[in-house]
Amino acid sequence: MEEIFEGFATAAVLIARFDSALFEIVELSLRVSLTAVLISAVIGLPLGAAIAVARFRGRNFLIVCVNALMGLPPVVVGLLVYLNLSNAGPFGWLQLLYTPTAMIIAQIVLVTPIIVALARQFVEDANADYDEELRSIGVRGAAKLITLIVEVRHSLLTVVLAAFGRAIAEVGAVIIVGGNINHITRVMTTAIALETSKGELALALALGVILMMIAFAVNAMASLIKKIGPKSYGR
Amino acid sequence: MFARVFTWAICAAALSFSTTTAAADLPFIVLQSTTSTQDTGLFNYLLPMYRELAGVEVRSVAVGTGQALNNAANGDADVLLVHAQADEEKFVAEGFGVERFDLMYNDFVFLGPPEDQANIRGSKDIVEAIKKIAANEAIFASRGDDSGTHKKERELWAIAGIDVDAASGRWYRETGGGMGTTLNIATGIGGYVMSDRATWISFKNKRGFEILVEGDPRLFNQYGIILVNPKRHPHVKAELGQAFIDWLLSESGQKTIADFRVDGQQLFHPNAKAKVQ
Repeated sequence: MEEIFEGFATAAVLIARFDSALFEIVELSLRVSLTAVLISAVIGLPLGAAIAVARFRGRNFLIVCVNALMGLPPVVVGLLVYLNLSNAGPFGWLQLLYTPTAMIIAQIVLVTPIIVALARQFVEDANADYDEELRSIGVRGAAKLITLIVEVRHSLLTVVLAAFGRAIAEVGAVIIVGGNINHITRVMTTAIALETSKGELALALALGVILMMIAFAVNAMASLIKKIGPKSYGR
Repeated sequence: MFARVFTWAICAAALSFSTTTAAADLPFIVLQSTTSTQDTGLFNYLLPMYRELAGVEVRSVAVGTGQALNNAANGDADVLLVHAQADEEKFVAEGFGVERFDLMYNDFVFLGPPEDQANIRGSKDIVEAIKKIAANEAIFASRGDDSGTHKKERELWAIAGIDVDAASGRWYRETGGGMGTTLNIATGIGGYVMSDRATWISFKNKRGFEILVEGDPRLFNQYGIILVNPKRHPHVKAELGQAFIDWLLSESGQKTIADFRVDGQQLFHPNAKAKVQ
């Protein structure tokens, strides 16, 4: 029990004295997860929207697959990426294993299905409402996709935040492909795992508290963007 | 779908990171090693020192010995530092490693709650002690992860003639985690546990647990160091890796290891055989 109080106290101390080791880890965590989510959004949002409006054979099966991939265990993603990037694997020549890039790749694989699946659902719902209208004014193809995406942008922001939450919180994938190397690939979650295994429970908890604060800050910023963003479109 | 996402991901991530790759431009090697060397803080002490000295960054990946051997066999390391001599020799014999050197040792200790229900405290014979644990069906937390420590522990049960697989899930609990994880579990459930001494001394969540059995020669724990074979994996940085090994085996490297202290206690005892330079 006392570890819990000690954890919060340690968190406060670490922040108050601008602990440089801590900031290095925080910075890498944010860099890896934000990059991964950004890339996943660029891939996933249009892909999800495209699946939402397109009609083709096997569509339902594809949707079930994508939805199921939301449940991909991080450790499995880590293993798949490890086997691909390992020197014994097909992409070993890139020499990316145990680098932040490998961690970004793993998180992209992990969160892209979340973005695709949720974006598909939101855009499909919007399409059900606006399909006829858009058709009547002759908006088709890419223009229609963009219109729909802009229409549901607030929902899509939440989708991206959910993906960010998954990315910044996972440890299973990044610890395998990053290796938790000090100063190179150590992020918040792998540092928490390490401190726990050293029996430094209060310090581990302190890092957890700080991770939550970062997640809070990112979400608060997103909410602010939503507030001050243009409201010209839709409701 | 997976393949396409993966390819895109690699291109995009490589692009976005090509300009911002972390840390300095120092040459580096990758060291596959075990949790005991990391959790004790040995690497935090040793590796920055080597960077100052040689201008080479050693990136350590700490996993169980089984996984470390496996990763190194895949060529995902330049140097391997583990503690399972038979497996290390096999690794070299199969052509994955160049040569194995003794580096240092510590020993294993048996820990338990102060009540010591199986009454093994002070025993000098580890096999008799674990027979008592089995006879009492006292809870024992095993690594269960194919690590060097786990292999050692299984050897002891085999010598004692006890079939722990039959007890698995009852009094014999396989955690499947690293040393620290397993210690956390053992102190949490009040079970007996075997640990390398170094990890135990530096472990912070002891909860009253004490060393109950130590000093049996069968608890000796030898660490070895191996250069991954560049003939097998051409990208292995043989020169940098060998230079690091040579330093660790040298007088100054051995002294550096001996000087590492936690709470005033020496954790690793260097025992490299004098090497002709």
